[in-house]
Amino acid sequence: MMTNKPFALGLAGAFALTATLAVAQQSDMTIGQQLEPPHLDPTSAAAGAIDSVLYSNVFEGLTRFGPDGSVGPGLAREWEISDDGLTYTFHLAEGVKFHDGTTMDSEDVKFSLDRARAEDSVNAQKALFSGIESVEATDPATVTVTLKNPDGNFLFNLAWGDAVIVAPESIENIKTTPIGTGAFMFDNWVQGDRIELTKNPEYWGEPAMLDAVTFKFISDPTAAFAAMMAEDLDVFPAFPAPENLPQFDADPRFKVLVGSTEGETILAINNKLPPLDDVRVRQAIAHAVNRHEIIDGAQFGYGTPIGTHFAPHHPDYVDLTEMSQHDPEKARTLLEEAGVSLPLQLKMTLPPPSYARRGGEIIAAQLRQVGIEAEIENVEWAQWLEATFRGYDYGLTVISHTEPLDINIYARPDYYFQYDNAEFQKLMEEVGVESDPDKRSEMFRQAQTTIAEDYVNAYLFQLPLLTVAKTGVEGLWENAPTQAADMTAVHWAE
Amino acid sequence: MTDLRADSLPPQGAPVRLWGRALRSRNLVVGALLTLVFVLAAVLSFLWTPYEVTGLDIANKIKPPSWRNPLGTDHFGRDILSMIMVGARVSIAVAVVAVGIGMIFGVPLGLLAAARKGSLLDEVIMRANDLVFAFPSLVIAILITATFGPSAVNAIIAIGIFNIPVFARLTRSGALTLWQRDYILAARVAGKGAARISVEHILPNVTNLLIVQGTIQFSLGILAEAGLSYVGLGAQPPTPSWGRMLAESQTMISFAPHMALFPGLAILLTVLGLNLMGDGLRDLFDPKLRGRT
Repeated sequence: MMTNKPFALGLAGAFALTATLAVAQQSDMTIGQQLEPPHLDPTSAAAGAIDSVLYSNVFEGLTRFGPDGSVGPGLAREWEISDDGLTYTFHLAEGVKFHDGTTMDSEDVKFSLDRARAEDSVNAQKALFSGIESVEATDPATVTVTLKNPDGNFLFNLAWGDAVIVAPESIENIKTTPIGTGAFMFDNWVQGDRIELTKNPEYWGEPAMLDAVTFKFISDPTAAFAAMMAEDLDVFPAFPAPENLPQFDADPRFKVLVGSTEGETILAINNKLPPLDDVRVRQAIAHAVNRHEIIDGAQFGYGTPIGTHFAPHHPDYVDLTEMSQHDPEKARTLLEEAGVSLPLQLKMTLPPPSYARRGGEIIAAQLRQVGIEAEIENVEWAQWLEATFRGYDYGLTVISHTEPLDINIYARPDYYFQYDNAEFQKLMEEVGVESDPDKRSEMFRQAQTTIAEDYVNAYLFQLPLLTVAKTGVEGLWENAPTQAADMTAVHWAE
Repeated sequence: MTDLRADSLPPQGAPVRLWGRALRSRNLVVGALLTLVFVLAAVLSFLWTPYEVTGLDIANKIKPPSWRNPLGTDHFGRDILSMIMVGARVSIAVAVVAVGIGMIFGVPLGLLAAARKGSLLDEVIMRANDLVFAFPSLVIAILITATFGPSAVNAIIAIGIFNIPVFARLTRSGALTLWQRDYILAARVAGKGAARISVEHILPNVTNLLIVQGTIQFSLGILAEAGLSYVGLGAQPPTPSWGRMLAESQTMISFAPHMALFPGLAILLTVLGLNLMGDGLRDLFDPKLRGRT
């Protein structure tokens, strides 16, 4: 409609002016996102939606994740590690300013790390900082961090959205007015609708290529499809309806990027609830499940089968899908051996995402084939967190665990699947202090095998990152090594 | 009887005349037929459906209508015709029980209020009814099912509660006019108590009103059930339900319209049928209103 430039120019008045500008500029972008952040402090909540908007765009840490999941320099341009692996000396970037004009120096780093690891800290990932012994601001541009034990994961830990650097001057209102050091500044939040970011003109590093970015929150998949088709949105990372992707793919206005996330999608099993406390029953469930049917039916083919709780793109991944091949006959035998009276009634809670709702329905049908009656209960997120995650009131549930390298959750006996294996807990403790990469890889492989042998959960598939974008959008992250929509390198093609 | 003119028929011939009029009422016939089709489909589904509705067949997903699946298959490869048949069962069951709840509680309350007109009891009953009426029924139904957990039973209760004041008011207003009649006076003179009069003389004479209103409430019940399942608060999977079929097909409407079309048509035709039938019955029972809307 606005392609007819000479005609638009011919019109007098403001309308013509704005119309032409809209055509000529294209320096802003609107991003679609399903969930709205509850508030804007990434250092005090687990909600991934906060990081999706703010990670790297507004807030930066000492280190950062790259698009391929590698850990690279962030605000710390370089660092030295002492030979015993206990002391990290970080050299900060020069001339970094927070968006409110105050200087970012070693005192802010000390403040941020001390705040995150403090006794009364509300950081959602406090474990990331538990190995820190002390943080010293040696001089304005140097920070020395001493660890209690060597930790091969420390630089990785610092790259998380929960470890970003904040300023004591602006911490009070961070939940509504986030002040960071990133290439974008927070501008406006219309609750229930959108968050607007504008370019930081005084950014210390490579400046953002866009002048403004708007995150628009659309929870309904149908509405997301319509908004994308109407070109109200330019990009929708993590598009919620895989069934619509072929249509976008066939449309020359759009392109579809299929990447990977850190989301291991599992059929979680309540390991303490009889008869699920019997490994044979859990193994039977694992054999009753047909992954390919779930990926095909719930995800329309998008998803990589997994046999353990580890991302298949990780170099240490072991393919254990063979251990839980679809084998209903074997499942029935195992249930018989375990002496379970059939039909076995189990409660299956399903949170809102389509992979869970559809996947759960398919799994229920598959379990019925071996004599397990999964009673489906569709729940909202709040209910799921309350009753399933914290209340353990469930037998089975379908969920995607999207944190990177999170196999250590199996070392927490009070975690919602209630898996309690002292040997595994010891292994995770050891991997935490091991800094030799080869030994760490070996330990991670061992850990994957252990949980697969114990059939803690039924492992389904790695959640894909399905991004729909207008054809001219470039510089997007194809994979999601962490929950982030990093817009700093995104731009329109000429 | 052929030599008698219709209007000269003796009172005992009334049923015959009623049937004749009924068959001539286009609304009633069309409505009844539509309703009958769905009731029969629901009954048939207990004995036979073309395919199993709980068995998934992913390899055959989203197939357009064909000889194999007359209405096509859904995103899990289930036969949509079979699902609509079983879904009819759920819809009708929810609506019947909900109307039943409304009548069982509403009618006695209405009779009681009419018998004690102007008393404190009458006031309490009717104001309580107004209170229930004051809330938008579907919103409260959502509240009830969200609080007590989504299930077909809770949906029935939620819809049923909102049928109570409808029937209570209708019964009361119908009964109040009857209480003025001479034959009621005669019954009172003969020494019959209010309760007995209500049951023996009032109730039979408000039945027509109740049948007409019941038909309308029945169609509203089906709509409410579809609405609740659409937002995920009705019958839970794997039990098929028309509303959830619509909700699930929504993102696929652009490339698989049959998935939304057929459950949508099922809801439309059933509700249309019941409404036509309700209109027809009203015309039949109350000729004065014929032609009015």
